Amino acid sequence: MSQKFSFDNQDEELSPKQQIEVFHSIENDIGQSITEKSKVASWINDRLPIVATLENTLKKHPYPKNLSYWWNFGSLAGIALVLQILTGLFLAMHYVPNTKYAFDSVEHIMRDVNYGWLIRYIHAVGASMFFVALYAHIIRALFYGSYKAPREVLWWIGIIIFLLTMATAFMGYVLPWGQMSFWGATVITNLFSAIPVVGQSIVQWLWGGYSVDNPTLNRFFVLHFLMPFLIVGIVFLHLMALHTVGSNNPSGVPMKTKKDSIPFHPYFTIKDMVGFVAFFIVFGYFLFFYPNALGHPDNYIPANPLVTPPHIVPEWYFLPFYAILRAVPDKLGGVVMMFGAIILLFFIPYLDRSKIRSGAYRPTFQKFFYVFVVNFIFLGWLGKSPAEGWYIWASRIATFYYYAYFLIILPNLPKFEKILPLPSSIDEHYQQSHKHK
Amino acid sequence: MAQENLQNKHTNSTIKSSSASTESSSSLQEDEVKSASRRKFLKNTAYTTAGIGAACAFLPFVDSMNPSKDVQALASIEVDISAIKVGEEKKVMWRGKPVFIKRRSEQEIIEAQKVELSELKDPQADADRVKKGKEEWLITIGICTHLGCVPIGGQGEYKGWFCPCHGSQYDTSARIRKGPAPKNLEIPPYEFLNDKTIKIG
Repeated sequence: MSQKFSFDNQDEELSPKQQIEVFHSIENDIGQSITEKSKVASWINDRLPIVATLENTLKKHPYPKNLSYWWNFGSLAGIALVLQILTGLFLAMHYVPNTKYAFDSVEHIMRDVNYGWLIRYIHAVGASMFFVALYAHIIRALFYGSYKAPREVLWWIGIIIFLLTMATAFMGYVLPWGQMSFWGATVITNLFSAIPVVGQSIVQWLWGGYSVDNPTLNRFFVLHFLMPFLIVGIVFLHLMALHTVGSNNPSGVPMKTKKDSIPFHPYFTIKDMVGFVAFFIVFGYFLFFYPNALGHPDNYIPANPLVTPPHIVPEWYFLPFYAILRAVPDKLGGVVMMFGAIILLFFIPYLDRSKIRSGAYRPTFQKFFYVFVVNFIFLGWLGKSPAEGWYIWASRIATFYYYAYFLIILPNLPKFEKILPLPSSIDEHYQQSHKHK
Repeated sequence: MAQENLQNKHTNSTIKSSSASTESSSSLQEDEVKSASRRKFLKNTAYTTAGIGAACAFLPFVDSMNPSKDVQALASIEVDISAIKVGEEKKVMWRGKPVFIKRRSEQEIIEAQKVELSELKDPQADADRVKKGKEEWLITIGICTHLGCVPIGGQGEYKGWFCPCHGSQYDTSARIRKGPAPKNLEIPPYEFLNDKTIKIG
């Protein structure tokens, strides 16, 4: 297979299409050495090819052998999703989606239901942990250029998962029907009223009334229950795309030979387990010692449509976008900028004009990138601070940098920056990084 | 780290096997058999531990479906029985089920007591179904032991209870006498707090 392509010249580049072809030729090459199945397994597999699919994923499918711990966050987001669905399922058995009973039913879960406190806190802390994994996963993709061809569709599906997860988390936060639930729902649904002409009709349609009320709560519960399963479906598409184009890697160099690869099992099964352990230590720390640290105390006050809390903040994972919303002194403008900040992510494969993928070989890019990450966290901090005084100006500057990073820096930086020498292959990168250890 | 270790192991073993080729092939085979059985042991240990861990982690979820504390708190009730006249029956709700509190007449008690145990499908003496000295009071869970319907009092061949669903007939001690039900009406746990009040549950 490797004879078809020549890699003598380090500078010679494979087109995205060739990269996919090489990847599949490696996969096929490995496929011939797969062990035989048992009688039962092959009987089932002849009728329903799940055994082969699983085997392909675990043993046949080639993964770059130089993947770092940054590649753990996909599986971590996956386990977080499974945990949310599992805990959510059991919470839904006790929760009542009615404005009269919702708050009390959550307290009933906390006080009366066997291990209800545990299940609810896993769900609440789990939402935060899910976003930790998602953000780390996205940051990794942004640094190593995982969105670049041929992985555009993989990236887009990821952004869709991100958007759906945000919508699900938002609606989930409404369900306890505390003060933050109610006013969060009011503020976020009112974003749509910024749309000219039809805005108000859309908002009334979302509410099923003239304010956030029982119909709103009921439909939010239904959608909050449904959407995780949609996400699971789209995660499968994400994996399908991943298995078609193969994983990116820290060097950004495409896979060229079998030597560049190792199978998922046992190498990444065991490595993912290590990640799970670290993940659950952090999870457990919050779950058992500070379960409410990531929530807002006002949400333990039952919803009151007559009194807005003095300081409304969304959950921490929405704060950077909330800061962008507040930075713009115009209703429609703020909403557009906020949603635009996420929609922009869809265009990165084309905005980033760099010929090479990995930020590891782009020293100038790295500086802008680290500023971007710090800036994003700063935006989050601003989103939590009151919308007054210098905070507003800081928000505007940070918002400007957020946009400038994607619209000005990524497209133009490749014209000026100096690039470090790339390894000729994943194997070489692997040897380099393990030489001195 | 784990991955690196594994990879090191991998390279080590290839080095080992290549250097071992100079040694006798039998010792090499022995080595491989040994490491294979070790690997098998480690794998099984890991899977077992993970399995037990997963099962333990799932227990709270299973337990969350058991009756919650507020349900358990309502698991016993007190009933005032002073208003029930002889021959009358009072129905109360206990744990979501009907409970029959029947004040039996002298004749009903005698009828219940004179039945031979051999005549019964689910043999139990009337004395075992009431509190001693309080034979007047028969307290049963009003759910037919056939398929869960509520029998009607004072009807049927035995003047006890008759289930309209499938025709099960109970006597004045609420024992099954005829029809498809396999068991007597169940006696809930109860006690007399005083002459006027009973506590069920």
